[in-house]
Amino acid sequence: MIVYALRRLGAIALIMLVICAITFAIFYLLPDDPALDACGKSCTSARLADVRHAMGLDQPVLTQFLSYLSGIFAGRTLGTSGLDCAAPCFGYSWQYASPVWDLLLDRLGVSASLAAGAAVLWLVVGVLLGLMAALRKGSLLDRGIVLSALATTSAPVYLIAALLIYFVILQGELLPFPDYQPVLDNPAAWVASLILPWITLAALYAAMYIRLTRASMIETMAEPYIRTARAKGLPERTVVVKHGLRSTMTPILTIFGIDLGGLLAGAMITETMFGLPGLGKLTFDAIGKSDQPVVLGVTLLAALFITLANLVVDLLYGVIDPRVRYA
Amino acid sequence: MSLLSVDNLSVAFGRVRVVDGVSFSVDRGRTLGIVGESGSGKSVSTLAIMGLLRGASVTGSVTFDGEELVGAPAERLRSLRGARLSMIFQDPLSSLHPFYTVGEQIAEAYRLHKKASRKVAHERAVEMLGEVGIPAPRRRAREHPHRFSGGMRQRVMIAMALACEPDLLIADEPTTALDVTVQAQILELIQRLQSEYGLGIIMITHDLGVVARIADDVLVMYGGRAAERAASARVFDDPRHPYTQGLLASVPGLGRGTEGPGGGRLRAIPGNPPLPSAFPPGCRFHPRCSVALDICATEQPALLGTVRQVACHREGEL
Ligand SMILES: Nc1ncnc2c1ncn2[C@@H]1O[C@H](COP(=O)(O)OP(=O)(O)O)[C@@H](O)[C@H]1O
Ligand code: SF4
Ligand SMILES: [Mg+2]
Repeated sequence: MIVYALRRLGAIALIMLVICAITFAIFYLLPDDPALDACGKSCTSARLADVRHAMGLDQPVLTQFLSYLSGIFAGRTLGTSGLDCAAPCFGYSWQYASPVWDLLLDRLGVSASLAAGAAVLWLVVGVLLGLMAALRKGSLLDRGIVLSALATTSAPVYLIAALLIYFVILQGELLPFPDYQPVLDNPAAWVASLILPWITLAALYAAMYIRLTRASMIETMAEPYIRTARAKGLPERTVVVKHGLRSTMTPILTIFGIDLGGLLAGAMITETMFGLPGLGKLTFDAIGKSDQPVVLGVTLLAALFITLANLVVDLLYGVIDPRVRYA
Repeated sequence: MSLLSVDNLSVAFGRVRVVDGVSFSVDRGRTLGIVGESGSGKSVSTLAIMGLLRGASVTGSVTFDGEELVGAPAERLRSLRGARLSMIFQDPLSSLHPFYTVGEQIAEAYRLHKKASRKVAHERAVEMLGEVGIPAPRRRAREHPHRFSGGMRQRVMIAMALACEPDLLIADEPTTALDVTVQAQILELIQRLQSEYGLGIIMITHDLGVVARIADDVLVMYGGRAAERAASARVFDDPRHPYTQGLLASVPGLGRGTEGPGGGRLRAIPGNPPLPSAFPPGCRFHPRCSVALDICATEQPALLGTVRQVACHREGEL
């Protein structure tokens, strides 16, 4: 299993390199010139050339790419600007006048808080409701749950967010507009700023998990080994939880790991709508301002989270399902 | 008094009655074989006895050791299941939970019914694995079902079913999924355990060879009803129901069908068994029966007789 994990990590490194190269190439091909922004309003072509030179943008693309890569591991000095970017250096945002890595680290806490809270909510709600629907398949309760899950899935995330903002913050004045505080500084403010974003994301994902749990549970409960469990005289609760849920959770876990990995990199719409200074909002702003180093950094981070989440899920699979052999 | 007496058992799913007035009994230490083509209601009848049918309406009477089970509280049935009434199934792989070790799965029922500690139950599981002929039972108890061969898995199922020393074992096609040599071993094992524990057994199968080998009594089912019911020797030496005769004639080396006028030629019964939603009126076998009379299409033949019972209008003539 350790050999397997190491092999997978190697593969992840390779994937990251490819993603890095592709993203880099895309930015190189884009008409946007980052130097133009950095150059400012009263930009002359001479000044632009200076800025380009200072930013290292006049170098051949391969040189730029290699210096970017080596910067990640060894740090580098940016162009001729004399700006020092310590390892891991993911480039420098002229927009924020800060190394990208510092920006990412700064925002990661917000996105992680958002993702973790939402994940707990949607997992509990999704699995519980899905389970109830599956066990009472065909009943009114089942139909109600399935219908509301369907309705929520079809609602776009900005609609859910907008409704919550309108009714809870603007109309109801039940909560102030989110003002994010780190959990260690002010736990109450942390919760207050995240509760609506949590609900927004949880509503979105819970709907999917309800349907997933329901389908998986219905399938599991029709398995012959469930009949065996009943034939042993086990109480129905044991049959459902120990024998049914155990199998049902396996596919759910896979999706959960990948969803969580994706969310860690930032829920762009949710963070933007609630003004949460997370990775998603950072990305949103960076795209708007063609802040390419930031977009590149977030892309790499997102890819890393998703591939790592995949690996963790695959390893967990082996713990849950004894039939899984790593090869 | 019989260990299990089933009287006029009917099972309906919604308005479709898939088992219709079936009666039989099983004594301690004896084996009843239930035969019939797929869909004839063998599994449903026995699942009904176990209280394992959900959403079905069960009528008639099932007395187990003097106690009525039809209409008994679900909790009462549950406490009998796995303790005094056990069941094993056709596909031993999918009938075992893939995520738990075989030891855990055998110990589970023992812990529950005997209020045994985890440790005692585990010892019992190891003992049972040895009892059903699994080598190195202590080590194998800690393995998961996918590490066992088909025959070994069925042995595990048998160990699980017998861990609490039940009085009755219902075996629903336990050898159908296994190859021939393994089939024979499993049947031998069941017979050995039967004499050891004094088990009453219901052996469900569509394989007459299995019945010929281990059953004391035979119930032949067709279309959810009993076609013929008698001691095994009678059924094989002198089948009376045209359906039983047809079944026997389609199996090599069994009964007189092969030595009869056909001269050892195998004759399968033409056509297919009916679906419960489209059971024909009268004798349900009449569309496939080569000796049917007019009355067969309209009147249901009663199951008549004492030592042997046959449901056929032409009983006695043929
Ligand atoms: N849960 C169920 N709901 C509706 N019909 C069923 C159900 N289970 C079995 N049946 C029907 O009952 C009939 C008898 O099935 P079964 O007892 O499994 O036959 P077999 O003799 O092959 O064991 C079949 O036609 C089957 O389709
Ligand atoms: S009752 Fe008629 S149709 Fe049915 S088995 Fe007897 S002869 Fe054949
Ligand atoms: Mg069956």
